[in-house]
Amino acid sequence: MPARLRKAAVPYLLLLPGLGWLLLFFAAPLVIMGLESLKTGTIDTGFQLTWAFSNYSDALKNYDEQFIRSFEYAGMATVLSLLIGYPLAYVIAFRGGRYRNALLLAVIVPFFVTYLIRTLSWETILSDSGLVVSTLKSVGIVSDGGRLLDTTVSVVAGITYNYLPFMILPLYASLERIDGRLLEAGYDLYGRRRDVFLRVTLPLSMPGVVAGTLLTFIPAAGDFVNAALLGTPHQFMIGNVIQSRFLVVADYPTAAALSFLLMAFMLVIVLIWARIAGTEALLGTEGERA
Amino acid sequence: MTLRRRGLDWLLNGFAGLALIYLLIPISVILVFSFNNPRGRFNFIWQEFSFDAWKHPFAVQGVGDALETSLKIAALSTIGATILGTMTALALVRYEFKGRAPVNFFIFIPLATPEVVLGAALLSQFLNLGTPQLGFATILIAHIMFNLSFVVVTVRSRLIGFDRSLEEAAQDLGATPWETFRLVTLPLIMPGVLSAALLAFALSIDDFVITNFNSGSTITFPLFIWGAARVAIPPQIYVIASMIFLFTVAMMILTVWQQRRAEKMAAVRPDDPELVPEPAPA
Repeated sequence: MPARLRKAAVPYLLLLPGLGWLLLFFAAPLVIMGLESLKTGTIDTGFQLTWAFSNYSDALKNYDEQFIRSFEYAGMATVLSLLIGYPLAYVIAFRGGRYRNALLLAVIVPFFVTYLIRTLSWETILSDSGLVVSTLKSVGIVSDGGRLLDTTVSVVAGITYNYLPFMILPLYASLERIDGRLLEAGYDLYGRRRDVFLRVTLPLSMPGVVAGTLLTFIPAAGDFVNAALLGTPHQFMIGNVIQSRFLVVADYPTAAALSFLLMAFMLVIVLIWARIAGTEALLGTEGERA
Repeated sequence: MTLRRRGLDWLLNGFAGLALIYLLIPISVILVFSFNNPRGRFNFIWQEFSFDAWKHPFAVQGVGDALETSLKIAALSTIGATILGTMTALALVRYEFKGRAPVNFFIFIPLATPEVVLGAALLSQFLNLGTPQLGFATILIAHIMFNLSFVVVTVRSRLIGFDRSLEEAAQDLGATPWETFRLVTLPLIMPGVLSAALLAFALSIDDFVITNFNSGSTITFPLFIWGAARVAIPPQIYVIASMIFLFTVAMMILTVWQQRRAEKMAAVRPDDPELVPEPAPA
Protein backbone atom coordinates (compact mmCIF):
# COMPACT_ATOMS: atom_id res chain seq x y z
CA MET A 1 0.00 0.00 0.00
CA PRO A 2 1.41 3.42 -0.85
CA ALA A 3 2.41 5.40 2.24
CA ARG A 4 -0.11 8.15 1.56
CA LEU A 5 -3.01 5.77 1.41
CA ARG A 6 -1.85 4.02 4.53
CA LYS A 7 -1.75 7.34 6.33
CA ALA A 8 -5.27 8.16 5.21
CA ALA A 9 -6.47 4.84 6.61
CA VAL A 10 -5.08 5.45 10.10
CA PRO A 11 -8.02 7.42 11.53
CA TYR A 12 -10.52 4.87 10.24
CA LEU A 13 -8.53 2.01 11.73
CA LEU A 14 -8.43 3.82 15.06
CA LEU A 15 -12.17 4.41 14.91
CA LEU A 16 -13.11 0.91 13.85
CA PRO A 17 -13.25 -0.95 17.19
CA GLY A 18 -14.93 1.78 19.24
CA LEU A 19 -17.36 2.84 16.58
CA GLY A 20 -18.03 -0.79 15.68
CA TRP A 21 -18.91 -1.54 19.29
CA LEU A 22 -21.35 1.35 19.42
CA LEU A 23 -22.91 0.41 16.10
CA LEU A 24 -23.32 -3.19 17.22
CA PHE A 25 -24.51 -2.63 20.77
CA PHE A 26 -26.07 0.83 20.67
CA ALA A 27 -27.32 1.60 17.14
CA ALA A 28 -28.38 -1.90 16.06
CA PRO A 29 -30.32 -2.51 19.30
CA LEU A 30 -32.25 0.69 18.67
CA VAL A 31 -33.25 -0.59 15.23
CA ILE A 32 -34.27 -3.95 16.66
CA MET A 33 -36.24 -2.25 19.42
CA GLY A 34 -37.90 -0.14 16.71
CA LEU A 35 -39.11 -3.32 15.02
CA GLU A 36 -40.10 -4.76 18.40
CA SER A 37 -42.33 -1.74 19.01
CA LEU A 38 -44.35 -2.55 15.88
CA LYS A 39 -45.14 -6.13 16.79
CA THR A 40 -48.29 -7.65 18.24
CA GLY A 41 -48.79 -10.79 20.28
CA THR A 42 -48.10 -12.10 23.75
CA ILE A 43 -45.12 -13.73 25.40
CA ASP A 44 -46.85 -17.13 25.17
CA THR A 45 -47.90 -17.01 21.53
CA GLY A 46 -44.87 -15.08 20.40
CA PHE A 47 -44.65 -11.63 18.84
CA GLN A 48 -45.20 -11.05 15.11
CA LEU A 49 -44.15 -8.00 13.19
CA THR A 50 -47.46 -6.50 12.04
CA TRP A 51 -46.30 -2.90 11.69
CA ALA A 52 -48.72 -2.01 14.46
CA PHE A 53 -48.17 1.72 14.71
CA SER A 54 -51.18 1.80 17.00
CA ASN A 55 -48.82 0.52 19.72
CA TYR A 56 -47.53 4.06 19.95
CA SER A 57 -50.86 5.80 20.28
CA ASP A 58 -52.06 3.13 22.72
CA ALA A 59 -48.92 3.48 24.82
CA LEU A 60 -49.27 7.24 24.90
CA LYS A 61 -52.94 7.02 25.78
CA ASN A 62 -52.51 4.42 28.52
CA TYR A 63 -49.48 6.00 30.15
CA ASP A 64 -49.96 9.71 29.52
CA GLU A 65 -50.18 10.23 33.28
CA GLN A 66 -46.72 8.72 33.86
CA PHE A 67 -45.26 10.64 30.93
CA ILE A 68 -46.52 13.94 32.26
CA ARG A 69 -45.37 13.06 35.76
CA SER A 70 -41.87 12.18 34.49
CA PHE A 71 -41.39 15.53 32.85
CA GLU A 72 -43.01 17.31 35.79
CA TYR A 73 -40.70 15.66 38.34
CA ALA A 74 -37.65 16.05 36.09
CA GLY A 75 -38.52 19.71 35.54
CA MET A 76 -38.95 20.34 39.26
CA ALA A 77 -35.70 18.54 40.05
CA THR A 78 -33.86 20.51 37.35
CA VAL A 79 -35.12 23.87 38.62
CA LEU A 80 -34.30 22.92 42.22
CA SER A 81 -30.82 21.75 41.19
CA LEU A 82 -30.23 25.04 39.43
CA LEU A 83 -31.38 27.03 42.47
CA ILE A 84 -29.23 24.97 44.82
CA GLY A 85 -26.31 24.46 42.46
CA TYR A 86 -25.78 27.93 41.03
CA PRO A 87 -24.96 29.70 44.31
CA LEU A 88 -22.69 26.84 45.33
CA ALA A 89 -20.86 26.81 41.98
CA TYR A 90 -20.60 30.61 42.15
CA VAL A 91 -19.09 30.59 45.63
CA ILE A 92 -16.62 27.83 44.72
CA ALA A 93 -15.57 29.55 41.48
CA PHE A 94 -15.21 33.10 42.80
CA ARG A 95 -14.53 32.67 46.50
CA GLY A 96 -13.13 29.17 46.77
CA GLY A 97 -9.55 30.42 46.78
CA ARG A 98 -7.18 27.62 47.61
CA TYR A 99 -10.02 25.44 48.89
CA ARG A 100 -11.50 25.19 45.41
CA ASN A 101 -10.37 21.65 44.69
CA ALA A 102 -11.40 20.42 48.11
CA LEU A 103 -14.84 21.98 47.65
CA LEU A 104 -15.17 20.43 44.20
CA LEU A 105 -14.26 17.07 45.66
CA ALA A 106 -17.05 17.54 48.20
CA VAL A 107 -19.45 18.13 45.32
CA ILE A 108 -18.59 14.90 43.50
CA VAL A 109 -18.19 12.81 46.63
CA PRO A 110 -21.85 11.65 46.50
CA PHE A 111 -20.96 9.92 43.22
CA PHE A 112 -18.63 7.62 45.11
CA VAL A 113 -21.45 5.97 46.98
CA THR A 114 -23.46 3.41 45.08
CA TYR A 115 -26.48 5.08 43.51
CA LEU A 116 -29.00 2.73 45.11
CA ILE A 117 -27.48 3.20 48.56
CA ARG A 118 -27.55 6.98 48.17
CA THR A 119 -31.24 6.69 47.44
CA LEU A 120 -31.81 4.28 50.31
CA SER A 121 -30.14 6.71 52.70
CA TRP A 122 -32.89 9.20 51.84
CA GLU A 123 -35.30 6.54 52.96
CA THR A 124 -33.52 6.62 56.31
CA ILE A 125 -33.45 10.42 56.44
CA LEU A 126 -37.09 10.96 55.48
CA SER A 127 -38.52 7.94 57.31
CA ASP A 128 -41.62 8.49 59.43
CA SER A 129 -39.79 8.35 62.73
CA GLY A 130 -36.72 10.18 61.42
CA LEU A 131 -35.35 13.52 62.52
CA VAL A 132 -36.58 15.51 59.51
CA VAL A 133 -40.20 14.48 59.80
CA SER A 134 -40.36 14.97 63.56
CA THR A 135 -38.75 18.42 63.29
CA LEU A 136 -41.13 19.50 60.55
CA LYS A 137 -44.02 18.15 62.59
CA SER A 138 -43.05 20.19 65.64
CA VAL A 139 -42.81 23.32 63.50
CA GLY A 140 -46.16 22.49 61.97
CA ILE A 141 -45.06 22.22 58.33
CA VAL A 142 -46.00 18.56 58.27
CA SER A 143 -49.31 17.61 59.86
CA ASP A 144 -49.39 15.09 62.71
CA GLY A 145 -50.31 12.09 60.61
CA GLY A 146 -48.38 13.40 57.63
CA ARG A 147 -45.31 11.83 56.12
CA LEU A 148 -42.63 12.66 53.60
CA LEU A 149 -41.66 9.19 52.45
CA ASP A 150 -43.79 7.80 49.63
CA THR A 151 -44.84 11.27 48.48
CA THR A 152 -43.95 13.56 45.59
CA VAL A 153 -41.65 15.41 48.00
CA SER A 154 -39.45 12.40 48.70
CA VAL A 155 -39.23 11.33 45.06
CA VAL A 156 -38.33 14.82 43.82
CA ALA A 157 -35.87 15.27 46.70
CA GLY A 158 -34.21 11.98 45.76
CA ILE A 159 -33.98 12.84 42.07
CA THR A 160 -32.65 16.32 42.82
CA TYR A 161 -30.02 14.91 45.12
CA ASN A 162 -28.89 12.14 42.79
CA TYR A 163 -28.34 14.42 39.80
CA LEU A 164 -27.17 17.60 41.55
CA PRO A 165 -23.46 17.10 40.77
CA PHE A 166 -24.37 16.93 37.04
CA MET A 167 -25.68 20.47 37.44
CA ILE A 168 -22.92 21.89 39.61
CA LEU A 169 -19.90 20.70 37.59
CA PRO A 170 -20.78 22.34 34.25
CA LEU A 171 -21.94 25.47 36.09
CA TYR A 172 -18.63 25.63 37.89
CA ALA A 173 -16.69 25.03 34.65
CA SER A 174 -18.34 27.96 32.92
CA LEU A 175 -18.20 30.31 35.92
CA GLU A 176 -14.56 29.54 36.54
CA ARG A 177 -13.67 30.49 32.98
CA ILE A 178 -15.09 34.00 33.33
CA ASP A 179 -12.39 36.65 33.11
CA GLY A 180 -12.42 38.57 36.40
CA ARG A 181 -11.48 41.75 34.53
CA LEU A 182 -14.87 41.78 32.85
CA LEU A 183 -16.55 41.94 36.25
CA GLU A 184 -14.17 44.69 37.38
CA ALA A 185 -14.97 46.62 34.23
CA GLY A 186 -18.64 46.30 35.11
CA TYR A 187 -18.07 47.72 38.58
CA ASP A 188 -15.78 50.46 37.23
CA LEU A 189 -18.61 51.55 35.01
CA TYR A 190 -20.70 51.96 38.17
CA GLY A 191 -22.70 48.82 37.61
CA ARG A 192 -24.44 47.68 40.76
CA ARG A 193 -23.88 44.14 41.88
CA ARG A 194 -27.19 43.05 40.53
CA ASP A 195 -26.51 44.66 37.15
CA VAL A 196 -23.07 43.13 36.87
CA PHE A 197 -24.48 39.73 37.75
CA LEU A 198 -27.44 39.93 35.40
CA ARG A 199 -25.59 41.49 32.48
CA VAL A 200 -22.10 39.99 32.72
CA THR A 201 -21.84 36.92 34.95
CA LEU A 202 -25.14 35.25 34.15
CA PRO A 203 -24.92 35.57 30.34
CA LEU A 204 -21.33 34.32 30.38
CA SER A 205 -22.31 31.31 32.48
CA MET A 206 -25.16 30.36 30.15
CA PRO A 207 -23.28 27.45 28.50
CA GLY A 208 -22.94 25.93 31.94
CA VAL A 209 -26.62 26.49 32.68
CA VAL A 210 -27.61 24.83 29.41
CA ALA A 211 -25.27 21.87 29.84
CA GLY A 212 -26.23 21.46 33.49
CA THR A 213 -29.97 21.54 32.90
CA LEU A 214 -29.63 18.97 30.11
CA LEU A 215 -27.37 16.68 32.10
CA THR A 216 -29.87 16.82 34.96
CA PHE A 217 -33.12 16.72 33.03
CA ILE A 218 -32.33 13.82 30.69
CA PRO A 219 -31.42 11.20 33.29
CA ALA A 220 -34.04 12.55 35.70
CA ALA A 221 -36.90 12.10 33.21
CA GLY A 222 -35.87 8.51 32.54
CA ASP A 223 -35.29 7.63 36.19
CA PHE A 224 -37.27 4.92 37.91
CA VAL A 225 -35.16 4.07 40.93
CA ASN A 226 -36.20 7.07 43.03
CA ALA A 227 -39.91 6.56 42.39
CA ALA A 228 -39.56 2.85 43.14
CA LEU A 229 -37.63 3.24 46.39
CA LEU A 230 -38.92 6.57 47.72
CA GLY A 231 -42.43 6.56 46.27
CA THR A 232 -45.50 4.42 45.64
CA PRO A 233 -47.21 3.54 42.36
CA HIS A 234 -48.86 6.97 42.67
CA GLN A 235 -45.43 8.49 42.04
CA PHE A 236 -44.38 6.10 39.29
CA MET A 237 -42.72 7.64 36.29
CA ILE A 238 -42.41 6.45 32.71
CA GLY A 239 -39.17 4.63 33.56
CA ASN A 240 -41.07 2.49 36.05
CA VAL A 241 -43.57 1.54 33.36
CA ILE A 242 -40.87 0.66 30.82
CA GLN A 243 -39.03 -1.39 33.41
CA SER A 244 -42.06 -3.37 34.52
CA ARG A 245 -43.49 -3.82 30.99
CA PHE A 246 -40.13 -5.21 29.90
CA LEU A 247 -38.95 -7.22 32.87
CA VAL A 248 -42.10 -8.12 34.79
CA VAL A 249 -45.03 -8.26 32.35
CA ALA A 250 -42.94 -9.16 29.27
CA ASP A 251 -45.07 -6.86 27.11
CA TYR A 252 -42.11 -6.01 24.88
CA PRO A 253 -43.90 -4.04 22.12
CA THR A 254 -45.44 -1.58 24.56
CA ALA A 255 -42.18 -1.19 26.46
CA ALA A 256 -40.31 -0.60 23.20
CA ALA A 257 -42.85 1.94 22.00
CA LEU A 258 -42.65 3.77 25.34
CA SER A 259 -38.86 3.85 25.11
CA PHE A 260 -39.02 5.46 21.69
CA LEU A 261 -41.63 7.96 22.78
CA LEU A 262 -39.42 8.91 25.73
CA MET A 263 -36.42 9.27 23.45
CA ALA A 264 -38.40 11.32 20.96
CA PHE A 265 -39.53 13.76 23.65
CA MET A 266 -35.96 14.03 24.91
CA LEU A 267 -34.65 14.64 21.41
CA VAL A 268 -37.11 17.48 20.90
CA ILE A 269 -35.97 19.05 24.16
CA VAL A 270 -32.28 18.62 23.32
CA LEU A 271 -32.79 20.12 19.86
CA ILE A 272 -34.61 23.11 21.29
CA TRP A 273 -31.76 23.63 23.72
CA ALA A 274 -29.19 23.14 20.96
CA ARG A 275 -30.95 25.87 18.99
CA ILE A 276 -30.70 28.22 21.93
CA ALA A 277 -27.20 27.33 23.00
CA GLY A 278 -25.46 26.34 19.76
CA THR A 279 -24.27 22.78 19.16
CA GLU A 280 -20.64 23.63 19.86
CA ALA A 281 -21.27 24.31 23.52
CA LEU A 282 -23.49 21.27 23.72
CA LEU A 283 -21.09 18.75 22.22
CA GLY A 284 -18.08 20.21 23.96
CA THR A 285 -16.23 20.23 20.66
CA GLU A 286 -15.12 23.87 20.79
CA GLY A 287 -11.42 24.23 20.37
CA GLU A 288 -10.95 21.26 18.09
CA ARG A 289 -9.37 21.66 14.71
CA ALA A 290 -11.99 22.85 12.28
CA MET B 1 -24.29 50.06 51.31
CA THR B 2 -21.22 48.13 52.42
CA LEU B 3 -23.20 46.69 55.30
CA ARG B 4 -25.88 45.50 52.94
CA ARG B 5 -23.23 44.14 50.67
CA ARG B 6 -21.58 42.22 53.44
CA GLY B 7 -24.96 40.88 54.49
CA LEU B 8 -25.50 39.61 50.97
CA ASP B 9 -22.08 38.01 50.98
CA TRP B 10 -22.86 36.15 54.16
CA LEU B 11 -26.21 35.08 52.81
CA LEU B 12 -24.62 33.67 49.67
CA ASN B 13 -21.86 31.88 51.54
CA GLY B 14 -24.36 30.52 54.02
CA PHE B 15 -26.57 29.23 51.25
CA ALA B 16 -23.61 27.57 49.54
CA GLY B 17 -22.68 25.98 52.86
CA LEU B 18 -26.18 24.59 53.24
CA ALA B 19 -26.05 23.18 49.71
CA LEU B 20 -22.78 21.48 50.58
CA ILE B 21 -24.29 20.00 53.73
CA TYR B 22 -27.25 18.73 51.67
CA LEU B 23 -24.76 16.98 49.40
CA LEU B 24 -22.86 15.37 52.25
CA ILE B 25 -25.65 14.36 54.64
CA PRO B 26 -26.63 11.06 52.95
CA ILE B 27 -23.01 9.92 52.89
CA SER B 28 -22.62 10.70 56.57
CA VAL B 29 -25.83 8.78 57.21
CA ILE B 30 -24.41 5.75 55.41
CA LEU B 31 -21.10 5.89 57.27
CA VAL B 32 -22.84 6.35 60.63
CA PHE B 33 -25.50 3.71 60.04
CA SER B 34 -22.87 1.16 59.01
CA PHE B 35 -22.07 1.07 62.73
CA ASN B 36 -25.69 0.57 63.68
CA ASN B 37 -27.02 -2.61 65.22
CA PRO B 38 -30.57 -2.44 63.93
CA ARG B 39 -33.51 -4.35 65.28
CA GLY B 40 -35.62 -5.86 62.54
CA ARG B 41 -34.78 -6.19 58.90
CA PHE B 42 -34.26 -2.57 57.92
CA ASN B 43 -31.49 -0.23 58.86
CA PHE B 44 -33.57 2.93 59.22
CA ILE B 45 -33.63 3.67 62.94
CA TRP B 46 -30.57 4.16 65.09
CA GLN B 47 -30.36 1.56 67.86
CA GLU B 48 -26.86 1.12 69.19
CA PHE B 49 -23.24 1.40 68.17
CA SER B 50 -21.65 -1.82 66.99
CA PHE B 51 -18.60 -3.03 65.07
CA ASP B 52 -20.35 -6.28 64.13
CA ALA B 53 -21.12 -5.39 60.53
CA TRP B 54 -17.59 -4.10 59.93
CA LYS B 55 -16.10 -7.26 61.43
CA HIS B 56 -18.19 -9.51 59.20
CA PRO B 57 -19.03 -7.49 56.09
CA PHE B 58 -19.71 -10.57 53.99
CA ALA B 59 -21.87 -12.36 56.55
CA VAL B 60 -24.94 -11.73 54.41
CA GLN B 61 -25.65 -14.57 52.02
CA GLY B 62 -24.69 -13.76 48.45
CA VAL B 63 -23.28 -10.30 48.94
CA GLY B 64 -19.67 -11.41 48.55
CA ASP B 65 -20.34 -13.11 45.23
CA ALA B 66 -22.29 -10.10 44.00
CA LEU B 67 -19.43 -7.77 44.87
CA GLU B 68 -16.92 -10.06 43.19
CA THR B 69 -18.99 -10.11 40.00
CA SER B 70 -19.25 -6.31 40.10
CA LEU B 71 -15.50 -5.89 40.54
CA LYS B 72 -14.73 -8.29 37.68
CA ILE B 73 -17.13 -6.56 35.32
CA ALA B 74 -15.88 -3.13 36.36
CA ALA B 75 -12.24 -4.09 35.77
CA LEU B 76 -12.85 -5.76 32.40
CA SER B 77 -15.22 -3.10 31.09
CA THR B 78 -12.83 -0.36 32.20
CA ILE B 79 -9.96 -1.93 30.27
CA GLY B 80 -12.12 -2.49 27.18
CA ALA B 81 -13.79 0.91 27.16
CA THR B 82 -10.56 2.78 27.91
CA ILE B 83 -8.65 1.17 25.05
CA LEU B 84 -11.45 1.54 22.50
CA GLY B 85 -12.37 5.03 23.71
CA THR B 86 -8.80 6.33 23.65
CA MET B 87 -8.35 5.07 20.08
CA THR B 88 -11.59 6.78 19.07
CA ALA B 89 -10.60 10.03 20.76
CA LEU B 90 -7.20 9.98 19.05
CA ALA B 91 -8.87 9.56 15.67
CA LEU B 92 -11.34 12.34 16.35
CA VAL B 93 -8.88 14.96 17.56
CA ARG B 94 -5.69 14.15 15.67
CA TYR B 95 -6.93 13.41 12.18
CA GLU B 96 -9.00 15.08 9.59
CA PHE B 97 -11.15 12.65 7.72
CA LYS B 98 -14.46 12.46 5.97
CA GLY B 99 -17.33 11.96 8.37
CA ARG B 100 -15.65 13.34 11.47
CA ALA B 101 -18.54 15.62 12.41
CA PRO B 102 -21.21 12.91 12.20
CA VAL B 103 -18.99 10.53 14.19
CA ASN B 104 -18.58 13.23 16.85
CA PHE B 105 -22.33 13.54 17.03
CA PHE B 106 -22.87 9.80 17.05
CA ILE B 107 -20.53 9.38 20.03
CA PHE B 108 -22.54 12.00 21.89
CA ILE B 109 -25.96 10.34 21.45
CA PRO B 110 -25.51 7.51 23.99
CA LEU B 111 -24.71 10.17 26.60
CA ALA B 112 -28.01 11.90 25.84
CA THR B 113 -30.03 8.68 25.86
CA PRO B 114 -31.85 7.74 29.05
CA GLU B 115 -30.37 4.65 30.68
CA VAL B 116 -33.70 2.80 30.58
CA VAL B 117 -33.73 3.13 26.81
CA LEU B 118 -30.12 1.93 26.48
CA GLY B 119 -30.89 -1.07 28.64
CA ALA B 120 -34.21 -1.89 27.01
CA ALA B 121 -32.82 -1.64 23.48
CA LEU B 122 -29.89 -3.92 24.21
CA LEU B 123 -32.21 -6.46 25.84
CA SER B 124 -34.44 -6.37 22.74
CA GLN B 125 -31.44 -7.27 20.65
CA PHE B 126 -30.29 -10.09 22.93
CA LEU B 127 -33.83 -11.50 23.12
CA ASN B 128 -34.34 -11.35 19.38
CA LEU B 129 -31.02 -12.86 18.44
CA GLY B 130 -31.15 -15.32 21.31
CA THR B 131 -27.42 -14.85 21.82
CA PRO B 132 -25.31 -14.47 23.81
CA GLN B 133 -27.02 -15.96 26.83
CA LEU B 134 -28.00 -13.23 29.31
CA GLY B 135 -25.45 -13.08 32.09
CA PHE B 136 -21.85 -12.05 32.69
CA ALA B 137 -21.05 -11.58 28.99
CA THR B 138 -24.09 -9.44 28.23
CA ILE B 139 -23.47 -7.25 31.29
CA LEU B 140 -19.88 -6.77 30.15
CA ILE B 141 -20.97 -5.86 26.61
CA ALA B 142 -23.43 -3.34 28.02
CA HIS B 143 -20.90 -1.75 30.36
CA ILE B 144 -18.28 -1.29 27.65
CA MET B 145 -21.01 0.25 25.48
CA PHE B 146 -22.14 2.90 27.95
CA ASN B 147 -18.61 3.65 29.18
CA LEU B 148 -17.20 4.23 25.69
CA SER B 149 -18.64 7.67 25.11
CA PHE B 150 -17.59 8.85 28.56
CA VAL B 151 -14.01 7.75 27.87
CA VAL B 152 -13.98 9.43 24.45
CA VAL B 153 -15.21 12.73 25.89
CA THR B 154 -12.72 12.66 28.78
CA VAL B 155 -9.66 11.73 26.71
CA ARG B 156 -10.65 14.15 23.96
CA SER B 157 -10.64 17.09 26.34
CA ARG B 158 -7.10 16.15 27.34
CA LEU B 159 -5.98 15.78 23.74
CA ILE B 160 -7.23 19.22 22.70
CA GLY B 161 -4.52 21.44 24.18
CA PHE B 162 -1.80 18.92 23.33
CA ASP B 163 1.55 20.27 22.13
CA ARG B 164 2.19 18.52 18.81
CA SER B 165 5.70 19.86 18.40
CA LEU B 166 6.87 17.22 20.88
CA GLU B 167 5.74 14.47 18.53
CA GLU B 168 7.31 16.19 15.57
CA ALA B 169 10.55 16.41 17.49
CA ALA B 170 10.43 12.67 18.16
CA GLN B 171 9.83 11.91 14.51
CA ASP B 172 12.61 14.25 13.47
CA LEU B 173 14.88 12.28 15.75
CA GLY B 174 13.99 9.14 13.81
CA ALA B 175 11.28 7.57 15.95
CA THR B 176 8.76 5.40 14.15
CA PRO B 177 5.07 6.38 14.51
CA TRP B 178 4.57 3.55 17.02
CA GLU B 179 7.62 4.62 19.04
CA THR B 180 6.42 8.20 18.96
CA PHE B 181 3.07 7.10 20.28
CA ARG B 182 4.44 4.84 22.99
CA LEU B 183 7.25 7.11 24.20
CA VAL B 184 5.77 10.60 23.70
CA THR B 185 2.03 10.70 23.07
CA LEU B 186 0.87 8.07 25.53
CA PRO B 187 2.81 9.35 28.56
CA LEU B 188 1.53 12.86 27.89
CA ILE B 189 -2.13 11.88 27.59
CA MET B 190 -1.84 9.32 30.40
CA PRO B 191 -3.48 11.57 33.03
CA GLY B 192 -6.51 11.95 30.76
CA VAL B 193 -6.60 8.22 30.07
CA LEU B 194 -6.31 7.48 33.77
CA SER B 195 -9.14 9.78 34.77
CA ALA B 196 -11.25 8.27 31.99
CA ALA B 197 -10.50 4.81 33.32
CA LEU B 198 -11.37 5.87 36.83
CA LEU B 199 -14.65 7.35 35.65
CA ALA B 200 -15.44 4.18 33.70
CA PHE B 201 -14.71 2.01 36.73
CA ALA B 202 -16.91 4.13 38.97
CA LEU B 203 -19.77 4.16 36.45
CA SER B 204 -19.54 0.42 35.92
CA ILE B 205 -19.49 -0.62 39.54
CA ASP B 206 -22.39 1.74 40.24
CA ASP B 207 -24.60 0.86 37.30
CA PHE B 208 -27.97 -0.56 38.13
CA VAL B 209 -30.44 0.39 35.40
CA ILE B 210 -28.73 -1.03 32.30
CA THR B 211 -27.42 -4.04 34.21
CA ASN B 212 -30.91 -4.76 35.51
CA PHE B 213 -32.09 -5.25 31.93
CA ASN B 214 -29.24 -7.42 30.71
CA SER B 215 -28.17 -9.51 33.69
CA GLY B 216 -30.26 -12.65 33.33
CA SER B 217 -29.71 -14.45 36.63
CA THR B 218 -26.26 -12.98 37.30
CA ILE B 219 -26.23 -10.68 40.33
CA THR B 220 -24.01 -7.64 40.71
CA PHE B 221 -23.70 -5.57 43.87
CA PRO B 222 -26.30 -2.95 42.83
CA LEU B 223 -28.68 -5.72 41.76
CA PHE B 224 -28.18 -7.35 45.14
CA ILE B 225 -29.15 -4.11 46.89
CA TRP B 226 -32.20 -3.75 44.65
CA GLY B 227 -33.31 -7.22 45.59
CA ALA B 228 -32.61 -6.57 49.26
CA ALA B 229 -34.29 -3.15 49.36
CA ARG B 230 -37.75 -4.68 49.55
CA VAL B 231 -36.91 -7.57 51.85
CA ALA B 232 -34.21 -6.56 54.28
CA ILE B 233 -31.36 -4.08 54.39
CA PRO B 234 -28.67 -5.37 56.72
CA PRO B 235 -25.99 -2.91 57.90
CA GLN B 236 -23.43 -4.97 55.98
CA ILE B 237 -24.66 -3.33 52.79
CA TYR B 238 -23.83 0.05 54.28
CA VAL B 239 -20.43 -1.27 55.31
CA ILE B 240 -19.59 -2.44 51.80
CA ALA B 241 -20.88 0.83 50.35
CA SER B 242 -18.61 2.68 52.80
CA MET B 243 -15.67 0.51 51.73
CA ILE B 244 -16.28 1.24 48.05
CA PHE B 245 -16.66 4.90 48.94
CA LEU B 246 -13.39 5.10 50.86
CA PHE B 247 -11.56 3.14 48.16
CA THR B 248 -12.83 5.45 45.40
CA VAL B 249 -11.87 8.56 47.37
CA ALA B 250 -8.37 7.13 47.85
CA MET B 251 -8.09 6.35 44.12
CA MET B 252 -9.33 9.82 43.29
CA ILE B 253 -6.75 11.51 45.50
CA LEU B 254 -4.05 9.28 44.03
CA THR B 255 -5.04 10.24 40.48
CA VAL B 256 -5.09 13.95 41.28
CA TRP B 257 -1.64 13.61 42.82
CA GLN B 258 -0.41 11.67 39.79
CA GLN B 259 -1.88 14.25 37.46
CA ARG B 260 -0.14 17.10 39.29
CA ARG B 261 3.15 15.28 38.99
CA ALA B 262 2.62 14.63 35.28
CA GLU B 263 1.71 18.25 34.71
CA LYS B 264 4.86 19.35 36.47
CA MET B 265 6.86 17.02 34.26
CA ALA B 266 5.13 18.24 31.10
CA ALA B 267 5.75 21.82 32.15
CA VAL B 268 9.50 21.31 32.21
CA ARG B 269 10.86 23.15 29.21
CA PRO B 270 14.33 24.32 28.35
CA ASP B 271 13.21 27.90 28.95
CA ASP B 272 12.31 26.97 32.51
CA PRO B 273 14.47 29.33 34.58
CA GLU B 274 15.26 26.55 37.02
CA LEU B 275 16.84 24.49 34.30
CA VAL B 276 18.97 27.21 32.77
CA PRO B 277 22.42 26.82 34.29
CA GLU B 278 23.68 29.73 36.32
CA PRO B 279 26.11 31.77 34.27
CA ALA B 280 29.59 31.02 35.46
CA PRO B 281 31.06 33.89 37.45
CA ALA B 282 33.41 35.85 35.30
